[in-house]
Amino acid sequence: MGATPLLEIEGLTKTYPGVVANEDVSLTIQPSEVHALLGENGAGKSTLVKIIYGLVRPDRGTMRLNGAPFAPASPSAARQSGIAMVFQHFSLFEALNVAENVSIGMETPPPTRELAHRIREVSETYGLPLDPHRLVGDLSAGERQRVEIIRCLLQNPRLLIMDEPTSVLTPQEVEILFSTLRQLSADGTAILYISHKLEEIRTLCDEATILRRGRVVANCNPREQTAREMAELMVGSALQSPGRSNVTPGAPLLELKGLSAKSSSPFGSELKSVSLEARRGEVLGIGGVAGNGQDELLAVLSGEQRVEPDAIQFGGAPIGHLGPNARRNLGVLAAPEERLGHAAAPEMSLTENAMLTGSVRMGLSKSGFLNWGQARAFAEDVIQAFDVRTPGAGNAARSLSGGNLQKFVIGREIKQSPQVLVVNQPTWGVDASAAAAIRQALLDLAEGGAAVIVISQDLDELLEISDRFAALNEGRLSAFRETSELTMDTIGLMMGGAHDMEVAHT
Amino acid sequence: MDLTSINPVLLIASLMVAATPILLAALGELVVEKAGVLNLGVEGMMIIGAVSGFIIAVETNSAALGFLFAALGGMALSLIFALLTQVLLSNQVATGLALTLFGLGFSALLGQNYVGIRAPSVPDWNIPLMSDVPVIGPILFQHDPIVYGSLLLVVAVWAFLKYTRAGLILRAVGESHDSAHALGYKVRRIRVAAIAFGGACAGLGGAYLSLVRVPQWTEGMTAGAGWIALAIVVFASWKAGRVLIGAYLFGGVTVLQLNLQAAGANVPVEILSMSPYLITILVLVLISADRSRAALNAPAALGRVFHASG
Amino acid sequence: MMRLERRPEPSKAWTAATPILAVLATMIAGGIMFAALGKDPFAAIKLIFWDPLFNEQFAAFSRPQLLIKAGPLILIAIGLSLGFRAGIWNIGAEGQYIMGAICGAAVALAVYPLEAWWIFPAMVLAGAFGGFLWAMIPGILKTRFNTNEILVSLLLVYVAENILASAALGFLRNPEGAGFPGSRNLSAYPAASNPEIVAGTGMHWGVVAAFIAVIFAYILLNRHIMGFNIRLAGQAPRAARFAGVSPNRLILFCLGVSGALAGMAGLFEVAGPAGQISIDFNVGYGFTAIIVAFLGRLHPVGILLAGLLMALTYIGGELSQFMLGIPSAAIQAFQGMLLFFLLAADVLTNFRVRFGRVEVA
Repeated sequence: MGATPLLEIEGLTKTYPGVVANEDVSLTIQPSEVHALLGENGAGKSTLVKIIYGLVRPDRGTMRLNGAPFAPASPSAARQSGIAMVFQHFSLFEALNVAENVSIGMETPPPTRELAHRIREVSETYGLPLDPHRLVGDLSAGERQRVEIIRCLLQNPRLLIMDEPTSVLTPQEVEILFSTLRQLSADGTAILYISHKLEEIRTLCDEATILRRGRVVANCNPREQTAREMAELMVGSALQSPGRSNVTPGAPLLELKGLSAKSSSPFGSELKSVSLEARRGEVLGIGGVAGNGQDELLAVLSGEQRVEPDAIQFGGAPIGHLGPNARRNLGVLAAPEERLGHAAAPEMSLTENAMLTGSVRMGLSKSGFLNWGQARAFAEDVIQAFDVRTPGAGNAARSLSGGNLQKFVIGREIKQSPQVLVVNQPTWGVDASAAAAIRQALLDLAEGGAAVIVISQDLDELLEISDRFAALNEGRLSAFRETSELTMDTIGLMMGGAHDMEVAHT
Repeated sequence: MDLTSINPVLLIASLMVAATPILLAALGELVVEKAGVLNLGVEGMMIIGAVSGFIIAVETNSAALGFLFAALGGMALSLIFALLTQVLLSNQVATGLALTLFGLGFSALLGQNYVGIRAPSVPDWNIPLMSDVPVIGPILFQHDPIVYGSLLLVVAVWAFLKYTRAGLILRAVGESHDSAHALGYKVRRIRVAAIAFGGACAGLGGAYLSLVRVPQWTEGMTAGAGWIALAIVVFASWKAGRVLIGAYLFGGVTVLQLNLQAAGANVPVEILSMSPYLITILVLVLISADRSRAALNAPAALGRVFHASG
Repeated sequence: MMRLERRPEPSKAWTAATPILAVLATMIAGGIMFAALGKDPFAAIKLIFWDPLFNEQFAAFSRPQLLIKAGPLILIAIGLSLGFRAGIWNIGAEGQYIMGAICGAAVALAVYPLEAWWIFPAMVLAGAFGGFLWAMIPGILKTRFNTNEILVSLLLVYVAENILASAALGFLRNPEGAGFPGSRNLSAYPAASNPEIVAGTGMHWGVVAAFIAVIFAYILLNRHIMGFNIRLAGQAPRAARFAGVSPNRLILFCLGVSGALAGMAGLFEVAGPAGQISIDFNVGYGFTAIIVAFLGRLHPVGILLAGLLMALTYIGGELSQFMLGIPSAAIQAFQGMLLFFLLAADVLTNFRVRFGRVEVA
């Protein structure tokens, strides 16, 4: 190319105690280039971008920005050099309004009135409409991302880093985002795009750097590779897709009839007239963008939040008023999204965490007195059956990696032989092999005659394992459709809340 | 009982005096909590302020120096809290309690030779012309400088939080320390500064008790004022203007019950003396009952330990 | 620069070692404080920690005092520790202690001068009930109206103190007391008194109750679902709800138990060592018990040891006041310091301290 590259990284190494996060990582980004950074969870993508953004300092290695040495001491220094970043977990403040949120991420913000004006201006130029005076807590996930992007754009960055930006978007919103990014790239901004979604990268990016276990394993042009080739580079081995034999679903087991419930958190979404029917032997997939009622639906199904008795029926009997343990007793089990602090107590041992949900069904307690020996045996059983990598059941949940803890949490419920199992984001932040194992276990459970409800924001996952699919939007659940009949367009419409669609079809 | 002996003008004027210690302490705590830190040691910092201010004022015969050192004393104690909670990541509730227990003991130790002495007096600043206006004059314009200062501080804290960039950053840190950290703000430094400000305010409030309101030093003289200041922050839904209302409301109850005691009201003295605490509880109940509102106004990261892992 | 690295699991060794480290640090800092007061620091520390137990001149008087003072501290701290573990902060034990004493004493004073075996048990029950009811106020306000229990329980201490004043000066005043404040002397009323059970040990029924409470709490926390739920709710509130724990029931249970134990402690004190309801019979055990609970790592056995240690500082404090003229307030500051050092040393349990280059924070 001849021109000076925008950013050159050479030999970056960063070690944490016990882990090499980045080892001898080199990559080059040209101006206007859309560069993908690809890798599994834990491959070192986050550490690398935190180094570029000045949040982490490398142990070794050099960076050059426009040919000049570059070693930002803080995010503020990185921003002044023209680097901006949109975080995966947004760095937003719910109780502040859009303008305040934008202002706080800028080095030298203009006065409020002018800032509000510029927010409107930029948001219209790039097709990302936003009202500067709304509270961020009231915005949808997609709108929140716009706040982050606009915050970056107002600083005219030369390099925009985007960390997993599409995980919170509907397919239609992804399209809008991509056209914004293309427009930016055409205007001369380079983009470092972090993702593990291969098809997206193939449509958007010019270059890709693939990381595995902290090292660069390949540089390629994603348009010239198949998704499978890239996936195998990323994982380092051939992938197995979960398989299942075809089962015809049996009798309805769990029914929700027009269930409505308020959220317990101030910025949560209210469930509005949700109906579903889960039958023996089938996997129901519930998609939707984060924050559209997923947590609330799980809370209502697990019994953490109680509702009218008739709103939820199990085998025809009303159970809406029952708490979590009464439902466990009947065989209705759940595994929430947040592993640390919700599904498991971080500081407690795996034995204690086995007691947490297992005491009722596994007979671990008798008239209130606990049998720790049995609890330990149950925990060890789960550890063995689900290949949980840990020195032993006495270790604290916090000490396990995300994937291993997730296997433990899901395994703990499956080992209790549930009639109905509800899981939220079963493979979020989990490496590919653990994710495959978890999906297989869920399929096996359904094959054994249980009804499985999978709530997830990973569409590929839902398409892979669910028999019927519906989407949550602002607390409403669309009608279920056979997964095999779905196209990306219909999914997008369902996620976007086109509720009258099913009327048109029937 | 002779209710006519209660002069409403003097009542309102003395209400402002009674409310000032709590107003100062609550304003300081408001800023601390807005930064996401719950410091339950207000009582301890107040009483350290009361004793150090009193000692310095007596020794130097200068009330002004007394107030200065009261602020420094309160700040010094608050920095112990800052060290424990921000650097050593201790539990904020436990540490705040420790601050109060230590402050009560340590102040008694410092002040043991100062019991029963009178402090140098703090002159009133009568605002020329205005102070001669009947009714309004004695109520609003015949006070000591600290009363005016505390009112200015209400405006200053309000404007700081609402209009300044530093105030915005402070609120952001209290809302989500992780996000603020990700944007590169020094969460710990900002919080330490807020804690120190809270300590200085509590110290001033304590000194106002020992130098103006009582004015004497006795062991445990704050008698729960610090806790009431904490309650007033909740009552005020973390808004500076409402802190003023809360503090003056409380001051009113205190002064009224004292006046009723003096007037020989036909109510047992104990009931009158416990009434400020009971009314504080009642107000807390009324404010907290509206769950959605209370949750929206409270800083989201209040009391949570921040540890930057990346 | 120092930086902290979270341990994958809390260190067991440091959990046990931090209280010892904190006591040593307090001795050093306390010594400096005594030196600043112009006293010999070594003599003062020896007077506080050694002489009450082993000095022949004092031990005969001091040793029984150890149990007398440790009894209420342990009893209250055990109750508080349950709530503290669950994240429910009852800091108004002093008020519950006062109300328990008043209710228990009222039973005796109502039936005076009747002699019957049931009077003392009825007083214990009434004491526990009084403390329980007083703790239920913050409990019910929290569960019904979401009111902060820290503030309410604490503010109620001041209310209880006013009720105590009113009792000592009014409704419980000794009719034969020539107008002096204070109730009849309960320790001189056999059916209602809480005497030393074994002469020369200081052991009274309150100490027995404290030991029973330690055992009860140990079993509850380690073997019973309620104890498990308490620990779970404190460490991960959302996980507790997921496990089926009702937060409201837990709040009422923890506040109720701690109130009842504090109330009982108040009754044992007023019927035994204090002897009567007087305007200032309470000496702050309810607050010191907070330190005891933390110093004992919220663990029943730890609280037992911490209660004895804290009792020692009380007795030693009195000795040093008597022998060296160290003011009584110094010991209170000393106890507060102990809590500071404990909280500071706690960092070692959960974090590894590393020295070296700093991360950009």
